[in-house]
Amino acid sequence: MSAQAVSRREPWLRSMLDFYATKMRVQVLTQFQYRVAMYMYTLGMAAEPTIYLVVWSTIARSHGGSVDGITPHQFAAYYIVWTLVRVMNIVFTPYGWEWRIREGQLSGQLLRPMHPIHYDLAEFAGQKLPWIVMYLPIATGLWFAFHPALHPRPLAVLVFLIAIWGAYVIRSLNQFVLGMITIWTTRAAAVFQVWFLAELLLSGRLVPLTLMPQWSQALAAWLPFKWTFYFPIESLVGNMSDASLVTGLGLQALWAAIGAVAVAGSWRLSVRHYSAVGN
Amino acid sequence: MRSLRLVAVYLRLGVLNEMQYRANFFVAMFQSLLSVGVGLAVLALVYSHTATLNGWTRSQLLVILGVQILLGGVVHTSIQPNMERLVDEIRDGKLDFLLTKPEDSQLMISVRVLQLWQFVEIVSGSIVVGVGISQLTGTIGLGHSLLFLALLVLGALLLYCFWLVLATGSFWIVNMWFLSELFEGMYQTGRWPIGVYPGWLRYSMTYLVPIGLAVTVPAQAITHRLHWGTVVVALLFALALTAFTRFFWRFGVRRYSGASA
Repeated sequence: MSAQAVSRREPWLRSMLDFYATKMRVQVLTQFQYRVAMYMYTLGMAAEPTIYLVVWSTIARSHGGSVDGITPHQFAAYYIVWTLVRVMNIVFTPYGWEWRIREGQLSGQLLRPMHPIHYDLAEFAGQKLPWIVMYLPIATGLWFAFHPALHPRPLAVLVFLIAIWGAYVIRSLNQFVLGMITIWTTRAAAVFQVWFLAELLLSGRLVPLTLMPQWSQALAAWLPFKWTFYFPIESLVGNMSDASLVTGLGLQALWAAIGAVAVAGSWRLSVRHYSAVGN
Repeated sequence: MRSLRLVAVYLRLGVLNEMQYRANFFVAMFQSLLSVGVGLAVLALVYSHTATLNGWTRSQLLVILGVQILLGGVVHTSIQPNMERLVDEIRDGKLDFLLTKPEDSQLMISVRVLQLWQFVEIVSGSIVVGVGISQLTGTIGLGHSLLFLALLVLGALLLYCFWLVLATGSFWIVNMWFLSELFEGMYQTGRWPIGVYPGWLRYSMTYLVPIGLAVTVPAQAITHRLHWGTVVVALLFALALTAFTRFFWRFGVRRYSGASA
């Protein structure tokens, strides 16, 4: 083999950025092909926050205008921003891992040169732009229907823009680890459901965490869930202090780091156990 | 008569098929327990901040929750799996095989699949309704109970029509993977009395998406909140929707040209 055949190695960071950029561009183009499907999906998704918003606004109004100091307009702000954060939190689902294994997809994917998390991260990051474009008309509609009280400071906007990506990364990493369970058992769905239940109650997805009982707020403080819903939403709508905004980003980084270690460890452990299915 | 026999055959086939996977019973039970648990937790949370929601007490709302879970069980047992299969077959062009059969096509596509184990949801929904009723003050006569059952059947019919209209859309929009998500999302609105929603949303949830009508009206019957006018409107609406669904299905089938190789 001659010396020319040895390819020049690209710097790692550059090739990585190139990989992400290409993968994301392809996703943007692909997603815009299915506009009706996306729209219907977004519409189904918008039902959830609208229900919460309506229920809590009703309670607030029947109690002289607020629940625990939260007014209907503040609820409106919370749940409209909620929808955007929810869009950011769409990641590769652990149920998808069942499919990957059953259909033998994973066997082929093992031949790829990079860690599998990169493919999922890049793919779903690329879908964010089309999704957000779809979300804007819905947000506008909700805005005029419910009149949110939203007056963020510039720093809050900046932190929010970082925090939604932090949420995306944390949730992607956590769900990857969950997905690894499917390599060990075919009845992993039960675990996923318990996880999603905990997330619903302890992340701020259901209600602003301050409305939850004290003990569950204390529990939530030690779990990653609130950093994917409550913190990003509150950073924009909650008038948090500068210090707590920055601390929040720091804690997000910490949870992302924990998630990354868990992903690396669980993958290394699981892939050894994996026996191929499919053709 | 022939159609009834056909339905019975498919039903038996569905049961036999599902009996092969008995472990799924426990999976369904676990799922149902979790979803009832979530419903109860949300109710507890709401009623820790208020005594009534738009005039509904906690036990009355428990009845609504139960009806919503029960009807959800009906949807998951027979309506949704059939509709999902229909959407898949339209996309893959396999509907050809069904359309060549001499029976009525709408009947055939509606009875083919049965997810037997999801009946657990019907049971758990009924239990929640029962608990809710037992906490209500005042007695419930035979008349109210019969009306309640009749309105439940009406609700199931409304949900069937709604699902079929959505699924018929596949004749035009081929990529319909989102349908279940869309339905599940909107179906969650049925968990709350329809009166809490602002006007425009209330009307669209009654007539455009008849989920509010399907869930709230039976619950109203058993909690003494029902006016006879509502029953008449619900009945007329169900008739109109059934007729429209029939028309729309035939309209869609005429457009179908087969997508198979």
